[in-house]
Amino acid sequence: MVKIPKINKDRCCYCGGCVGVCPQNAMDLRETEIRISENCTRCGVCVKFCPAGALEKDAK
Amino acid sequence: MQNKSCDVVIVGAGPAGSIAARDIAKAGFDVLVVERKQEIGPPKRCAEGINVRGLLNVGVKPDPRWAAKGIYGAVIYFPNGKSLKIDQRKVPDDVMDAIYSGEKKPALEPATGYVLERKIFEKHLAADAIRAGARYMVKTCALDVIKDGGKIAGITAEQMGEKFEIRSKIVVAADGVDSRIAKSAGINTTNKLSDYHSGFQYEMAGLNIDPDVLHIFFGNSLAPKGYVWIFPKGQDVANVGIGILGSMSEDGKRAKDYLDKFIESRPEVFKNASAIEMNAGGVPVSSSIETFVADNFMIIGDAAQLVNPIHGGGIAIAMNSGALCAKAAVEALKENDTSREKLYAYEKKWRETDGVKMKKLLKLRAFLEKLTDEDMNKAADIVSGEDITKLTDGNYRFLFKTLLTKAPSLLSLAKKFLS
Repeated sequence: MVKIPKINKDRCCYCGGCVGVCPQNAMDLRETEIRISENCTRCGVCVKFCPAGALEKDAK
Repeated sequence: MQNKSCDVVIVGAGPAGSIAARDIAKAGFDVLVVERKQEIGPPKRCAEGINVRGLLNVGVKPDPRWAAKGIYGAVIYFPNGKSLKIDQRKVPDDVMDAIYSGEKKPALEPATGYVLERKIFEKHLAADAIRAGARYMVKTCALDVIKDGGKIAGITAEQMGEKFEIRSKIVVAADGVDSRIAKSAGINTTNKLSDYHSGFQYEMAGLNIDPDVLHIFFGNSLAPKGYVWIFPKGQDVANVGIGILGSMSEDGKRAKDYLDKFIESRPEVFKNASAIEMNAGGVPVSSSIETFVADNFMIIGDAAQLVNPIHGGGIAIAMNSGALCAKAAVEALKENDTSREKLYAYEKKWRETDGVKMKKLLKLRAFLEKLTDEDMNKAADIVSGEDITKLTDGNYRFLFKTLLTKAPSLLSLAKKFLS
């Protein structure tokens, strides 16, 4: 299963801004990689916040 | 990787973490700093501006190796194009004395502020802490706190796939906006969209600007509930960035979209300019989290949301929190009592000093967020550059009188948010 939200690695500037706003503490930044855990509830806060538009909520 | 032990483990080697590490090591205690990234410093999530007092306050003298550009004031641009100049060309005597005292003389012109090269600055702070006796580990991620009988007793960490334990008397969370270690200790450091700016920035070369001052642009269509900045790092080089309130960010109206539009609309500045770096970031503007100490645990810098809620600057506040944290930690270690009550000395001191100003600035932020472009244009006519300096220091009592005589329509709004 594809993790949701989907990360567009071409757009991500790995600032970790999304990690700081995740209400579920489900995100983690490691170097240039955003990791999303099972705790993600697809609330979409990170998608709305991302300064670079690197997150997509409705990943297929 | 062998398990380790120390008096204090600090998670994060940014300005807050390295100042805390330096001061705790200086007092003779064993400090280990773990940094998640393979290199201390980049990528920056910051416009790199700092008041000279923010450096001197923590015993750091401006150094040409990392202070890219001296700053002598600011120009504020209002939505209708009017601008207001804040002149800070005169470096106060006490600042001159502090810079030129002692053996080490600065090899750069004294200024009231600097735009830093943070990737060098942060390594410099880490090197200072190491010289004071601290140890560092890079590419080392803090995973979780260790608890002994319910009390925090260190962290588990991972370096290049190897997991190990670091046992310590105190754990300091200095891991930035994306702090996870404080959450694993049970303290909520999550930012809310209504108290968190979405930031985007290009470092650009080939700009046509006055390189001696900061340039600040306001306007709801330019940067909703935020602002655009140009912070010079050289004659024609600058950080060109934007912060908008997180709740205003959405598809097609993100920080990057607004910034690109701004750059496109000002060919007189950007015609010959190109980006040499791209940055993004989240900026906490809540003024602080609920509490930043627990038994054997302290939180400093961005992780505790210690950022100026008006301009989003956080380097000076973070370093100051690191210094205050170190002071309380050293006292606690000397007395072998690292309970919350003992470590609270840090939070108490912060709330009595920086905290007082930050609370006022938070109110001011709420007021400013309600202003329309028309209101802002009106402000340009009734406040001076000095007034704006006062406001950013949290002194706004004078504003009521100014509004009463010159803009009574804004008085009730001011009373609602600033009383």
